[in-house]
Amino acid sequence: MRGVRKSVLAIAALALVGSLVVPAMAAKTLNGAGATFPEPIYSVWMHKYNELKGVRVNYQGIGSSGGQRQIKAKTVDFGGSDAPMKGPDLREAGLIQFPMVIGGVVPIVNVQGVGPGELKLTNEALAAIFAGEITFWDDEAIKATNPDLALPNEPITVVHRADGSGTTWIFTNFLDKVSASWHEKAGFGKVVPWPVGVGAKGNPGVAAYVQRVNGSVGYVEFAFAKQNDLSYVTLKNHAGEWVQPTIESFQEAAANADWVNSDSYYLVLTDQPGDGSWPIAGATFILIHKDQPDAATAKAMFEFFDWCYDHGDEMAMAKDYVPVPDNVVGMVRATWGLEVTSGGKAVYK
Amino acid sequence: MRPRSHTARRLADRSARIVMVPAALIGLTVLAWILWEVIARGAGALNASFFTELPTPPGMEGGGLANAIVGTLLMTVLATVIGTPVGLLAGIYLAEFGTTSRLATAVRFTTNLLMGTPSIIIGIFVYALIVLRTGHFSGWAGAVSLAILMLPVVLRTTEDMLNLVPDELRESALALGAPRWRATVTVIFRAAKTGLVTGILLAVARVSGETAPLLFTALNSFYWPETINEPTANLTVTIFNYAMSPYADWQQKAWGASLLITVGVLFVAVLSRFVLKERKSRA
Amino acid sequence: MSKAASQSRADWTFKVITAACALVVIVLMGGILVELLRNSGMSIRQFGFGFLTSTEWNPYAGEFGAASSIFGTVVSTAIAMLLAVPLSLIIAIYLVEVAHPKASRIIGGGIELLAAVPSIIYGMWGLFVFAALMQEHVQPWLGKYFGFLPLFQGPPMGIGMLTAGLILTLMVLPFITAVTRDVLQMVPPVLKESAHGVGATMWEATRHIALKYGRRGIVGAVFLGFGRALGETMAVTFVIGNSHRISSSLFDAGNTIASSLANEFNEASEPIYLSSLFELALVLFLLTLLFQTAAHFWVSRMQRQEAGDR
Repeated sequence: MRGVRKSVLAIAALALVGSLVVPAMAAKTLNGAGATFPEPIYSVWMHKYNELKGVRVNYQGIGSSGGQRQIKAKTVDFGGSDAPMKGPDLREAGLIQFPMVIGGVVPIVNVQGVGPGELKLTNEALAAIFAGEITFWDDEAIKATNPDLALPNEPITVVHRADGSGTTWIFTNFLDKVSASWHEKAGFGKVVPWPVGVGAKGNPGVAAYVQRVNGSVGYVEFAFAKQNDLSYVTLKNHAGEWVQPTIESFQEAAANADWVNSDSYYLVLTDQPGDGSWPIAGATFILIHKDQPDAATAKAMFEFFDWCYDHGDEMAMAKDYVPVPDNVVGMVRATWGLEVTSGGKAVYK
Repeated sequence: MRPRSHTARRLADRSARIVMVPAALIGLTVLAWILWEVIARGAGALNASFFTELPTPPGMEGGGLANAIVGTLLMTVLATVIGTPVGLLAGIYLAEFGTTSRLATAVRFTTNLLMGTPSIIIGIFVYALIVLRTGHFSGWAGAVSLAILMLPVVLRTTEDMLNLVPDELRESALALGAPRWRATVTVIFRAAKTGLVTGILLAVARVSGETAPLLFTALNSFYWPETINEPTANLTVTIFNYAMSPYADWQQKAWGASLLITVGVLFVAVLSRFVLKERKSRA
Repeated sequence: MSKAASQSRADWTFKVITAACALVVIVLMGGILVELLRNSGMSIRQFGFGFLTSTEWNPYAGEFGAASSIFGTVVSTAIAMLLAVPLSLIIAIYLVEVAHPKASRIIGGGIELLAAVPSIIYGMWGLFVFAALMQEHVQPWLGKYFGFLPLFQGPPMGIGMLTAGLILTLMVLPFITAVTRDVLQMVPPVLKESAHGVGATMWEATRHIALKYGRRGIVGAVFLGFGRALGETMAVTFVIGNSHRISSSLFDAGNTIASSLANEFNEASEPIYLSSLFELALVLFLLTLLFQTAAHFWVSRMQRQEAGDR
């Protein structure tokens, strides 16, 4: 008994001592939380950055609402949100926001015999499905645009977000623009009064749900659909053309963005003109405090974001995200230099 | 009893017997099914990189759960270090001093309540107690929540095992002039040694499969646990996150981690129960 | 100090230390209650008793109500108890009265192993294996033949209230079976032998003698099983679907108090949201305390009655 006790005490002592000594040698850790929309590319960037520089970036995908709340509460170093905040709100909270990368939201379906890009839905049909007005897959409205598909007589299960989501904000912003009845029923926002459907957490949650449940329909950032072989939908854009979600169609939508005249980079990219534009594109933003409590942390953050802007383009495009254009990156860096201080001194040079 | 015909009564008896067999087999069938699925789906994930590499972003090749394995081991050891001494000493009190005292009765009743408290409530309690006050998640908060779960189990088995030690042994030790504490710690402990150790093992087995308490205390991490004063990777929360994700490679890793935990827990449970039964029958 | 005095001082210290450790248990329970009450204060003050009956759950608007969670907790537990109790009884009777001793040991051992399997493993199996089975076969069958009942209407999703209830059944089953088996084994053989002596069949002896004799222990086991099912988290969270709506169909998604806590606790940074979740935890804590206390007093009353009978 004594021998066992001795070795147990030894292990315990080691653990405790180790946990006290090692922090001194611990690598820098940056904490962020928020949107799951950019998670596929953020996780790749953060992993690569850790490999190269040893800096650990912890990002929790808890949705844009969570990101905004956590950065306001200062429990994280930076927040992620696809729902841009308006200038006055930013100034009131003492935050600045800047776009990190641009992507596209796509409706996804799990219907027998329907592969990626095969299902064509008009904007009215899409809104009606999510409003619970169309309830079966072989409804006339769906069959009309899909004469070649053998649509089953299965009920439609709508999957939406349970958490406050920027992806929802972008998606419902589009529905709100193109469907008067959706505008009446639900409007747009990070949370809307969904008439029907089940809620899932985060983009991964929606993707997982749709993956499992036959006859379901949801909406996710495109990388989630592609990564998991989910059947995305073909939509009609502002120019009246049927278009599929591709990096080109996202780029065309993003080309319309007038960043220069935006207030604090507030921009909406849904229903953009252009023959090949994807109608549900959106940028995702990073939120940080203007007055940084710790200069070293702030410096480390800017080093990370700089690296992403300078070296992350290829990785982003490989996941079908559109990098922020160079001139905008220049604007963002100027904003950092002007607006962000720590202890009265500018952090970014 | 209502008088009934002989055949009716025999029929009732026979029908009951017939129904019972499939019912009883349900238990075995489900167990076998679960074990089969865990092994079949998890074995493929347990390669070398699973045990040595850090997690990679979904879709990236390779990667493993080495940090989660270390984190779970770390927190389980820490929890054992925290919870076992308290449980042992408390069990000693109940067995040696508390056969009739009111404190002992209250403690016994409360121990039952604590054992039946859902582990998620324990996690939320430690969240309020430690995480909210320190402002961040940490591995040692996780260890504390696991220790709280272990405590009543260790307490109960200690009391039971010590009660099995015959009073003659106690009396002889005291008659030889040993002070009470010495008698307990050396003589009686030695007599109940096996039972005590297996009681601790049972408690460890129980907490190593727990998820809910760690969700709100240790959270999770993609990196090595460099200090226990930060979110600490662990197998169970990883399983939760990975399983709910849509990524096939993450789901497979979740099965691998499940296999690891199941094997560990069942092995310890079977071993300790076997040894306990031996001990009880010998006493 | 004389040797005797220092010895008794050491003994006294020993007693105090061990008593203090024993006290820790009581302090912990008290601490849990205190922390839960403290942190749910905001929510209690804001929503009052309406919290328990409101079906609102709108984090965005800051409106919270426990009704859907309580409903889900009760329904899933009810399903589990309705199925597990008769099944456990049958299995326990089989193990004690009918089975060959070796078979009894193997099956009994298997039941105990089932109890040792961690909840999250049930969750994994439930989500990846059982839910698929439910979606492809069981639910369509139920919908086809019993779809006239509102209970079995709606699209088969695999996950949902019914699946959660069934997984809970599997989790509670080993526990109640083990305790019932122990209770039945304690029935004095002389009673059963007398019954057989006057010509009773196994079934009659069991029904009228053994079950009646052990009924209080069995009821106690049921109470305890109920208490555990109420607080079961991981297995249910995986398969219940996380929806705060109350639905008449068992095919629909729902939530239990435990699953809501698991899903939402870490994402609630708004104070009122967190406080409401704490209040949910408080409700669950009090519910399980209630059942356990009831079980305890039921069983101790049985023990006193038995002692009196003798």
